[in-house]
Amino acid sequence: MSVLVYTESEQGKFKKVAFEVASYAKAVADQMGTTVTAVTINADDTSALGNYGVDKVLKVNDASLDKFNANAYASIIKQATEKEDAKVVIVSSSADSKYLAPLLAVDLNAGFASNVVEAPSSTSPFTVKRTAFTNKAFNMTTINSDVKLVAVSKNAFGLKENTASAAAEDFSASIPEIKVQVDAVDKVTGQVTIADAEVVVSGGRGLKGPENWGMIEELADVLGAATACSKPVSDLGWRPHSEHVGQTGKPVASNLYIAVGISGAIQHLAGINASKVKVVINTDPEAPFFKAADYGIVGDAFEVVPKLIEKLKEFKAQQ
Amino acid sequence: MKILVCISHVPDTTSKINFTDGDTKFDTNGVQFVINPNDEFGLTRAMWFKEKQGASVDVVNVGGPETEPTLRKALAIGADTAIRVNTEATDGFAVAKQLANVVKNGGYDLVIAGRESIDYNGGMVPGMLAGLTSANFVNNCISLEVDGTSAKAVREIDGGKETVSTTLPLVIGGQKGLVEESDLRIPNMRGIMMARKKPLNVVEPVDASAETASVKFEKPAPKGAVTLVDADNVGELVNLLHNEAKVI
Ligand SMILES: Cc1cc2nc3c(=O)[nH]c(=O)nc-3n(C[C@H](O)[C@H](O)[C@H](O)COP(=O)(O)OP(=O)(O)OC[C@H]3O[C@@H](n4cnc5c(N)ncnc54)[C@H](O)[C@@H]3O)c2cc1C
Ligand SMILES: Nc1ncnc2c1ncn2[C@@H]1O[C@H](COP(=O)(O)O)[C@@H](O)[C@H]1O
Repeated sequence: MSVLVYTESEQGKFKKVAFEVASYAKAVADQMGTTVTAVTINADDTSALGNYGVDKVLKVNDASLDKFNANAYASIIKQATEKEDAKVVIVSSSADSKYLAPLLAVDLNAGFASNVVEAPSSTSPFTVKRTAFTNKAFNMTTINSDVKLVAVSKNAFGLKENTASAAAEDFSASIPEIKVQVDAVDKVTGQVTIADAEVVVSGGRGLKGPENWGMIEELADVLGAATACSKPVSDLGWRPHSEHVGQTGKPVASNLYIAVGISGAIQHLAGINASKVKVVINTDPEAPFFKAADYGIVGDAFEVVPKLIEKLKEFKAQQ
Repeated sequence: MKILVCISHVPDTTSKINFTDGDTKFDTNGVQFVINPNDEFGLTRAMWFKEKQGASVDVVNVGGPETEPTLRKALAIGADTAIRVNTEATDGFAVAKQLANVVKNGGYDLVIAGRESIDYNGGMVPGMLAGLTSANFVNNCISLEVDGTSAKAVREIDGGKETVSTTLPLVIGGQKGLVEESDLRIPNMRGIMMARKKPLNVVEPVDASAETASVKFEKPAPKGAVTLVDADNVGELVNLLHNEAKVI
């Protein structure tokens, strides 16, 4: 009857979201008076999960799972759910988890709530708060099936430290035939991705042209941030499509979002509103972004950004 | 190749979101509905398969009569037949069950859906549909080629992309990238005239329970006013981000 959580890893190491979903699972387990079991796939050392309240770990290690496969991963999580007789299953909102979760819901015949931002307000009926209308609203949803599946939004619940033993045991799950073969993975290494970043620095059409992105990259570099852009910027080919954020682009749920030369159109804001603190730098005091931002500077990016880089470097030197 | 494009009928991206009936229902007053942007990319890719590879393209929506103008628009863009499953779209699972029935009856080889709908953002219907029909599934799909019964696709992953190969029957969760934005089609007069003569079949739903229920909606708490920092005093912003917001 424990709460089951899928804690994702990459090349053997846990992703940050793994600890966030473990923290969430612990909160649910406390409400239900039960324990947390995590299932891991090809993770090396699983003891760190104990720091976030995991009592037991089912470790699956198999070389045929080195490349992500949604069906196979969903099948393993299903087998773990059945072994533990879990009634609540928790996953993250990473691209991989979003891919496998609906398949898992079908496998478990589970009601599924995605983009969940808070611990359940009640576990009977099981009621969660999720974002809807691309962050323009929230929806309280009840899950009424016997087994319930919850995907937690990134950076919404945060990390909660706890001490548990995280006793690990090997779990031999059967692996279904792989029908979607990965031929190639093309991933930028050594760069923070928008999905993982704590800080995102984003540029808009106000920057005039791709040749001016040097200062955006430098600002991102000082902050350890990922770079992003508004839709027209990627449409114009100034920046790659993978940087486009907003309602029709990638969602951003960072701690800090800095928008430079972005007007703050409703479709842009919808995708970045889940970020905790928003800063805008724009020459136009009437730009709608100022209504959505926490901090703002009315000024020319070409003057403000270099100064900001300089001040941040001074600040870092003092730390 | 028989293609089915799943179309969700969503408020235009500029819509102001409000609720009625004690915050239990979405207020459709003054809201303009459109084809979900992710589905528009998918439909355009389907038209390419129709024109270049002789595929047939049907579109489907699970919803009430109010979604018919959206289906007509898809016909005007070039789909052959539209299907409306006459029931309210309650939750993603229930919608997927209705769609699975349409897929089974129609014998489709390829189902193109969107990565998520911009209204409820479930991101669940395509994967559930794949699961229910035992089809292969590629999510966040940004490129798709089909040759006979084999398919090659590219999917977006966190921080990059992945090229995969698989076989039909296949369901994809598509998005921007599937076609160029400049290739999206606005229905022309001829398309609109032809769409009037194309079949829009209303089918009755199968028995399918929803596993979740919406209780109520909430709007985000109003945000405090922005704190403005003078452009000549950028150091103050660093100070505020460190000491007040505690994000650096
Ligand atoms: C269906 C649909 C979906 C969409 N989805 C998205 C989406 O997902 N994401 C997205 O971003 N957009 C999206 N859009 C587009 C959106 O409506 C806006 O057009 C877009 O966000 C504007 O981009 P921008 O702010 O970079 O450019 P602009 O609106 O041109 O704004 C540029 C800003 O830069 C400022 N500026 C100019 N010079 C300087 C300077 N020297 N220093 C500082 N500031 C300066 C200007 O004052 C202005 O506010 C969508 C639109 C539609 C119709
Ligand atoms: N009511 C519906 N009718 C037809 N297709 C739908 C419906 N709802 C969702 N879909 C499809 O599923 C995709 C993802 O939707 P969702 O799971 O609701 O985010 C959409 O882009 C559509 O392709």
